[in-house]
Amino acid sequence: MITFDGVTKRYPDGTVAVDGLDLEIQAGRITVLVGPSGCGKTTTLRMINRMVDATDGTVAVDGKDVRDVDPPALRRGIGYVIQQAGLFPHRTIVDNIATVPYLLGWDKKKARAEAHALMARVGLDPGLAKRFPAQLSGGQQQRVGVARALAADPPIMLMDEPFSAVDPIVRAGLQDEFLRLQDEVEKTIVFVTHDIDEAVKLGHRIAVFQVGGRLAQYTTPDELLSAPADDFVSDFLGGDRGIRRLRFSQELDAEQAAETSRSRGDALGQDAAGPAVADR
Amino acid sequence: MTPVSPALAALAIGDDGEPLIRWDWIRRNLSDDILSALKEHLILSFTPILLGLVIALPLGIACARWRRLYGPVLAVTSVLYALPSIALFVVLVAFSGLTYTTVVVPLTLYTLSVLVPSVVDGLGSVPAHVRQSAVAMGFGELRRLVQVDLPIALPVVMAGLRVATVSNISLVSVGALIGIGGLGELFTDGLRRDFPTPLVVGIVLIITLALLSDLILLLIQRLLTPWERARATRRKNRGQSRDRDRVPAAREGETA
Repeated sequence: MITFDGVTKRYPDGTVAVDGLDLEIQAGRITVLVGPSGCGKTTTLRMINRMVDATDGTVAVDGKDVRDVDPPALRRGIGYVIQQAGLFPHRTIVDNIATVPYLLGWDKKKARAEAHALMARVGLDPGLAKRFPAQLSGGQQQRVGVARALAADPPIMLMDEPFSAVDPIVRAGLQDEFLRLQDEVEKTIVFVTHDIDEAVKLGHRIAVFQVGGRLAQYTTPDELLSAPADDFVSDFLGGDRGIRRLRFSQELDAEQAAETSRSRGDALGQDAAGPAVADR
Repeated sequence: MTPVSPALAALAIGDDGEPLIRWDWIRRNLSDDILSALKEHLILSFTPILLGLVIALPLGIACARWRRLYGPVLAVTSVLYALPSIALFVVLVAFSGLTYTTVVVPLTLYTLSVLVPSVVDGLGSVPAHVRQSAVAMGFGELRRLVQVDLPIALPVVMAGLRVATVSNISLVSVGALIGIGGLGELFTDGLRRDFPTPLVVGIVLIITLALLSDLILLLIQRLLTPWERARATRRKNRGQSRDRDRVPAAREGETA
């Protein structure tokens, strides 16, 4: 669990990026921080691994104040994925993925073996292992970024708009695979995005920020769509909130339908889940 | 005719019966004069390169780290670069006499004025997101410098190194005017004796030396930065690979 307790970040020029934030991030779930640019969501994310230090208040991971941990050591225990993937252009894919294991002093062979296993896990062709990042497409680079963040099996992953730089079709695929992967690994994930659709699709809980670094609402996607806390939130959700909510509940229904048919062990029933959605 | 040196005139016109090259002179002088001049030239041009690199790396790193330092350092090295080499040689003779040091010191300063900006620019070429992700992965500052920043800066530093090397190889000859000039001494010899052969030999050797050094440095750079070539062959490889995330063709040109 990650806890923000009265956290404020004020820059020397007086700008307040985050203002008195109280937030509890559940372990093993995906928490999405969403909001317009300049709302302090990325700053909030970065205070977890001390890329940014809070001016006031405390950020704690499992009850332990992050300020009591040496930053490099803290960061090696927290996965991090950013928008442009931030891969090291001079290192091969496999060495990129093994970055944190190398830093932790793992045996090189073991680190590489782990990296190869992760490539398969995030859906990367093992033939790409010896390539350099520049030889990969944007979507592939993003997968490498996710694999790199997972390499040392950290309990927490911070993801800063990881899928924003790829085109919509690739993004949808990456999101689906990300959800599938999270089902397997069950990390504590803090995910930053400015895209409300992405937030609703991925988040177990969504924290909506507004400019000035104030938390406007923190709740489940369903609750957010059905009961926005104030005008800012409903504006941010946009006019098609109703459609979003419909789509969201349809996805839930489809999942449930698939689940039920699977539990019945009925092969035909599984196929029926597809048309059932299309019919509506 | 303008009163130029007869030897130069001979080079240009060749009308005084003296051939451009006397092969027997080359044969007679190859083992001692020419080869020792070549050796001296190599020492005089590469010592400043090595010294310059050893000084420019920490200085450039410091300038990149503390940006305020860069302005003054750049100003000093630029002024030094503007000083004519012959003037520096003559001034330094008073301190270090007619030794290699007299030539090596100014050339080291010139090397610095090329290499320090190269190191700073090279480190500046590290993309912000790459540096940030290195920090986020848990690199300490020194390890990040050695394992991330410097390797990525390498192509820019090597480009500076190549410029400095070729420039040094050519500048060493000026040292001949104070008697320490490697192959440049073949020029003074030829001019003094109205004898074109040493001039031609000197020019050919200096050009060859410069081209060869540049080529070797280029090869070293290629070996040290395999990812740079990977970038160049990207499109070809992408065409071959089964790319799961293939983006529409229209976007491909954009991202390449």
